[in-house]
Amino acid sequence: MNHPARIFAIMKKELLQLSRDRLTFAMIVGIPVMQMLLFGFAINTDVRNLRSAVADQSGTHLSRQFVAELGQTQVLDMRYVVDTAAELEELLRIGKISVGVFIPADFDRRALDKRRSAAQLLVDGVDPTILGVANQLRNIPLRFDSTVAREKEAAAIEIRPYYNPERRSAMFVIPGLIGIILTLTMMLFTAVAVVREREHGNLELLINTPISTTQLMIGKVVPYIAIGLIQLAIIIVVGSLLFKVPVRGSVVELYFAALVFIAANLSLGLFVSTVVKSQFQAIQITIFFLLPSILLSGFVFPFDGMPRFVQYIGEVLPNTHFIRLTRGIMLRDASIAEMARELIALGIFTMVAMTAAVLRFTKRLD
Amino acid sequence: MSGDEQYVIRARGLTKQFGQLTAVDHLDLDVPRSIIYGFLGPNGSGKTTAIRMLCGLLTPTEGKASVLGFDVPGDANPLKSRIGYMTQKFSLYGDLTVRENLRFIADVYSYPRADRNRRIDELLENYDLGNQHKQLAGTMSGGQKQRLALACAVLNKPELLLLDEPTSAVDPKSRRDFWAKLFALADAGTTILVSTHYMDEAERCHRLAILDHGRKVADGSPADLQAATGMSVIEVLADNPWAAQLELNKMQEIRSVTQLGIRLRVLIPDTVHDPLGRVTGALNSDGMKADCTLVKASLEDVFVAVTLKDDAAEKAA
Repeated sequence: MNHPARIFAIMKKELLQLSRDRLTFAMIVGIPVMQMLLFGFAINTDVRNLRSAVADQSGTHLSRQFVAELGQTQVLDMRYVVDTAAELEELLRIGKISVGVFIPADFDRRALDKRRSAAQLLVDGVDPTILGVANQLRNIPLRFDSTVAREKEAAAIEIRPYYNPERRSAMFVIPGLIGIILTLTMMLFTAVAVVREREHGNLELLINTPISTTQLMIGKVVPYIAIGLIQLAIIIVVGSLLFKVPVRGSVVELYFAALVFIAANLSLGLFVSTVVKSQFQAIQITIFFLLPSILLSGFVFPFDGMPRFVQYIGEVLPNTHFIRLTRGIMLRDASIAEMARELIALGIFTMVAMTAAVLRFTKRLD
Repeated sequence: MSGDEQYVIRARGLTKQFGQLTAVDHLDLDVPRSIIYGFLGPNGSGKTTAIRMLCGLLTPTEGKASVLGFDVPGDANPLKSRIGYMTQKFSLYGDLTVRENLRFIADVYSYPRADRNRRIDELLENYDLGNQHKQLAGTMSGGQKQRLALACAVLNKPELLLLDEPTSAVDPKSRRDFWAKLFALADAGTTILVSTHYMDEAERCHRLAILDHGRKVADGSPADLQAATGMSVIEVLADNPWAAQLELNKMQEIRSVTQLGIRLRVLIPDTVHDPLGRVTGALNSDGMKADCTLVKASLEDVFVAVTLKDDAAEKAA
């Protein structure tokens, strides 16, 4: 420690270099502020407004009052009214609702019976948060003429968790993880692959050859699509062997969904590569994008629980749509035709990102 | 774009500005076929920017150019398969082997498949890379990398080669070999535009343009340029060159004094009468022992003379 000035010299140089890298400088402020604002509002384990449907086969005064009361808790957002339990199951399967309220024809009589539950909640049991919230609804009191509460031995509502009756968290985590892994690797690989060529000067040579921008882009992207599909295979095999996570739907459809999702991330990666100047910046942007892809996509916290404006942000993220697809296909045996909305969203994202990338990438240096 | 067109490159008023900086300033250029044309100039004189504009990498702020009959940057794309370009920095893939790099370039240029391997073997042989063909390009020496870069640039048998300071990272022996290759290519009909800041390299060019601050300050064959400096060159052999230099710097009519070891090279405009007598007189009157001779202008003298003119004009403006 004879020459502390030398340490200061390094410190000063480090700060000077940092201030020259405008993107990194922006990230120093941007990562904490933006991500905190976003996640501070978004992450809310006190979930409300779960998309729900009701099938009221009794249709009595009491049952209507009961449904109204469930609605007043604000935990359930009654979006659909159907006739049968089968229809509720169908809505649940294609991912339109997380909770279905089934009121049997003999609801009034069951309500009086101390040993029997009066109604059933059909719950998508994959997400533990949703299941937990549904469980809290179990003991909602049943009132006759909104005055007298009867003591019951059985809970008023019976909970029927679907798709994950054993409540294994792997069922929740693994399908969502596919999206996280693919987002990270696909975006980073492509962004870095292009930026590396620019950093090493290869690009100056390449753009002086007869190769066209489109040929260059496609050539860059296709190998990584293959890598993405291999990763998907690894996750499915390890997921089923080690964690007993099934693929209840069609594997071909799962691959098709993954293909579109990979295309979305690669396009984004290409676009990032046209914006950033170094591999380091490419990594920063990827992380910046990855955090919301984990936290706002429904991977960890239920999408319905987030405030409306955060949901809009979530809808922009490819991973949000992909997680719905993977959970639907792998766990609920849904088909991609039934979830076409999510595929279309991914397709639009891909086209916008790819167009932006091709427009920004010119075969010029100025 | 007929093949018998006299000039491979024609540029008129080619200008490139980066913000406030004018990197290339109204460059006029006529490069005849099958010769080695040099861009001589210090770093920052606009050599790289000019070359990049000529191959369509940069859009000129002003002016136009035609390369092999194509307007650039207008239709630069069909041009790409007919020119070879060697960047200042090694721009091949360090993590591919020599042969893999060549094969990649052949594929990118859609070199006829049937002839591909034969062509690559021929290049490996011609550019002394036969023993290194399995070596990773990144692990090679500067001279080897440069030979590989040239081999890649000529793989598609381009009519025009643009070489941006190709020898800046190479030892003198490799430089000599490299120039022998260039002469062989020019002899076979290739037109070569090469930028350099080495005088000895500039001297080897058939024609050359001297660039300074983005402007072309002189052009012609090295011999013509040397004959038309407008300067008398006097070489002074002095016991104490440093003192002699101080003395000479006092003389108004002397444009430049350059020390080379114990010798001094003095430039005086040829409008000055009896330059030798004046220099000898000035030094002898000061009691110095100095041996003065009138010599022929070297290319470096030309360079100093034309860039001085430029500086003087700048001061006057």
